[in-house]
Amino acid sequence: MKKIGVVLIFITGGLLVYASLDFPLWGDPNAPASIHVSPYYIENAVRETAASNIVTAVLADYRGYDTMFETVVIFTAGIVCIFLLRTRKSLKSDVSRSYRHIPTGITLRIEKGGKFPEVSMDFERLDTDWVPHDIIVKTTCRLIIPFIQIFALYVIAHGHHSPGGGFQGGVILGASIILLAIAFDMRAAMQRMGERLTAFLCVAGVFIFAGTGVLCMLYKKSYLDYSALMFVLGVDAASARSHGILMVEIGVGIAVMAVLVALYYNLASAGRLDEGL
Amino acid sequence: MLLMIGLYGIVVKKNLVKKIIGMSILQTATILFFISIGAKNNATIPILNHGHDSSHTAIDAAAFINPLPHVLMLTAIVVAVATLGVALALIIKIYEKEKTLEEDEIFCQQINTDITNN
Repeated sequence: MKKIGVVLIFITGGLLVYASLDFPLWGDPNAPASIHVSPYYIENAVRETAASNIVTAVLADYRGYDTMFETVVIFTAGIVCIFLLRTRKSLKSDVSRSYRHIPTGITLRIEKGGKFPEVSMDFERLDTDWVPHDIIVKTTCRLIIPFIQIFALYVIAHGHHSPGGGFQGGVILGASIILLAIAFDMRAAMQRMGERLTAFLCVAGVFIFAGTGVLCMLYKKSYLDYSALMFVLGVDAASARSHGILMVEIGVGIAVMAVLVALYYNLASAGRLDEGL
Repeated sequence: MLLMIGLYGIVVKKNLVKKIIGMSILQTATILFFISIGAKNNATIPILNHGHDSSHTAIDAAAFINPLPHVLMLTAIVVAVATLGVALALIIKIYEKEKTLEEDEIFCQQINTDITNN
């Protein structure tokens, strides 16, 4: 079985190498991939959309449908992950939990059936496979996370004029929340960004994107033709398309961040959203 | 080459996690391939000088890398993330049910349960 697999792979690889002989030279400006529609984008993107990053202009404007359903794809992935893994809260009450009594520093382990202390300042919940506090990691994360988030907002907002955009910025934002969940524990992250908020933001991001398209339709233009926004914003068509790109990028960023965080919460705790990695 | 490594991971390896790693490598190979299609000699990144007067100057398409593969691969990366997330979720479920991630062991267990059911 293994030998057949290896032989098959080498046949496929050989075919691919053979096919690559027919390719145009690497870096040839007249290669077929570079002469069809891409010169139009390069020559007209700034004039038509006022976004100097052509990749962003093509992504969010010319290929707006593609990007919208892209957002729907990651939204679906997040929903599927929640559906597959999320378990009911009532199923988890028969496991033991660990608490630390903060004034005395004593760690308590309450076996199943025992009474768990109420949420208070005196008791701090600990993970079952609890590792001691690492003050260096925690302090570093506490300092660095706000800057990560500011950088993420910059990447989203400045995606027109520099490399960046909704997907990238959303990933950085999500990573900052995941860093919080890793450096502290999952409950600390979930206090700041709970499950309901995550699910709401997943939907809100897709809704902003789709809503922008519908807003364009209300002004008798095609779906996702942002030049319709010039009636709302009172600017010329190119700037309106630029602002439209920004709006959908914000939607994409929110959706990506929320989906990443939801994926992490569910994967790391196997759906219990109780104790993470 | 990367594509062959990824394909090897998917076809030959029995462990499901290794198959997923193979899938990721395969996707990376595809992305790199598409990005390399967009390359042009002596061209720069597809970001133009910003300014309201810059739109009137002529822009030479040969001076900028083809932006289209970049856009397509941006979406491909997102699909890769989505498939990875769903695949890991499925793996967690399979592990909870079967207590193993080796393909042939899962297969044996299913045959055994079929025999006992009959």
